[in-house]
Amino acid sequence: MRGFLYFFETIKGLLITAKHLIVNSFFHTLNYIFRIKTKRKGSVTYQYPEEKKPLYPRDRTLHKMMFRDDGKPRCVGCMLCVTACPSDCIYVKAEEVDGEKIATTFIVNVNRCAFCGYCVEACPEDAIRMDSGKLDFVGYSTNEMVLNLLKRN
Amino acid sequence: MSVWLIALIKIIVLFAWLMLFALYATLLERKESAVIQDRHGANRASIFGISSFGIFQPFADALKMLFKEDFIPDFADKKMFKFAPVLTFFFSSLVIIAIPFGEPIKIGDKTISLQLINPDIALILIFALSSMSIYGVILGGWSSKNKYAFLGTMRATAQIISYEVALIFSVISLIMVYSSMKLYDIVLFQKAYLWGWLPRWGIFLQPLAFIVFIIAAIAETKRAPFDLPESESEIIGFFVEYSGIRFGVYMLTDFIETIMLSLLITVLFLGGWHIPFIERTGLSANWIKAIEIIGFQIKTFLVFGFLLLVRWTFPRYRFDQLMELGWKTLVPISIFNLIVTAIVIGLL
Ligand code: SF4
Ligand code: SF4
Repeated sequence: MRGFLYFFETIKGLLITAKHLIVNSFFHTLNYIFRIKTKRKGSVTYQYPEEKKPLYPRDRTLHKMMFRDDGKPRCVGCMLCVTACPSDCIYVKAEEVDGEKIATTFIVNVNRCAFCGYCVEACPEDAIRMDSGKLDFVGYSTNEMVLNLLKRN
Repeated sequence: MSVWLIALIKIIVLFAWLMLFALYATLLERKESAVIQDRHGANRASIFGISSFGIFQPFADALKMLFKEDFIPDFADKKMFKFAPVLTFFFSSLVIIAIPFGEPIKIGDKTISLQLINPDIALILIFALSSMSIYGVILGGWSSKNKYAFLGTMRATAQIISYEVALIFSVISLIMVYSSMKLYDIVLFQKAYLWGWLPRWGIFLQPLAFIVFIIAAIAETKRAPFDLPESESEIIGFFVEYSGIRFGVYMLTDFIETIMLSLLITVLFLGGWHIPFIERTGLSANWIKAIEIIGFQIKTFLVFGFLLLVRWTFPRYRFDQLMELGWKTLVPISIFNLIVTAIVIGLL
């Protein structure tokens, strides 16, 4: 008796995988051979470089400097972010420009950054943000990972 | 002279067919497992930017295997270590010589059978050859002089020997029904109908033998759910010391064994190239022959897909459960089936 039940359960298992196979291959065929976009994809994975997973608004990605309307950076060189940073990766140098203290150098060493977001929290001017959406930054050497945030691109 | 030429051409075609099928079997397995698990599977290998769902993947894999370091451990028995994968590969791919692929075709005034040899003892030959391939596994595990490889070998040997019994018993009941061991005659036997509508296929005549055969044969191919010889999570298996193309040969042998199994299931149980009721459609004989040859390939492909489905559905047995299934379930069932078959044939 147990043997029979076992046998039927194995058949049931086979049917489950067969269902996945048939349904998913149907949607794969539609989407990738006939190029008909359907709402259901047939897979739960993202084809990474072409297809990016949507980010949550609170996700912390690469740092970004905010600029004022007149093109000057919002950073006033108060060094709060430098103090807050646990990894000691921010270097700020400020000078007086038009009677105002403005950062002229703002370097983030991403090699050491822990993406903790403390710098964003610390900033009183909302000058530094981590919402650029960039996650796939790479370089051939560590020097390429030392970013000058004041360079606008 | 021309007989030898024809045989040579047949050998080349068969070998090319087998290698191509085996190469693409690796891709098929990856794709099918991926699709079952809601993934995409290998689809990145591309030539000049054309990737087309990974159809170049097998070649990329083969290249990778070829260029990997061919490492032979110092403590291994070098000659045996090198010889073992070739041995399994040779014996398991030799099974194909007796498989008929279709009705004989006529070219000019010559009749060419789509079968390399048609010996009287084809079934015995096939099972002898496929059990010979265990020697490669034994030699490979033994000559590695690694205790995990050795464990894998012991498991493989015990498993294959105990499942051979049930396999052969189920095949004996088939032979009793077909009253022939020639694979060609077996297919011809299946080309008839019971009561005018049910194809006289092995699966309908011997359903119990079919189930036993398929389970025992999956165990013979050493794939999940019977992959104890190479259980990746515990002992890695009899080829733990193999690397590069030598490992690749072992892996390919696995697929070749599965292909042979699907060929055998098609021939023995699914009526070979017979497509039910095709002779009643009124097509010309040549068309029927061509359709049947394609039908044989499709059947083999579907059986292969089914075996992959089995492989990706069930978790692995424990070793005592494996032995229990073999000796306490499959052997009694197959002997029971044998006796019932004998009685029914005696009464008819
Ligand atoms: S995210 Fe954290 S570690 Fe990175 S720069 Fe800001 S404070 Fe430093
Ligand atoms: S980024 Fe913000 S916290 Fe850091 S120095 Fe500039 S103003 Fe101060």
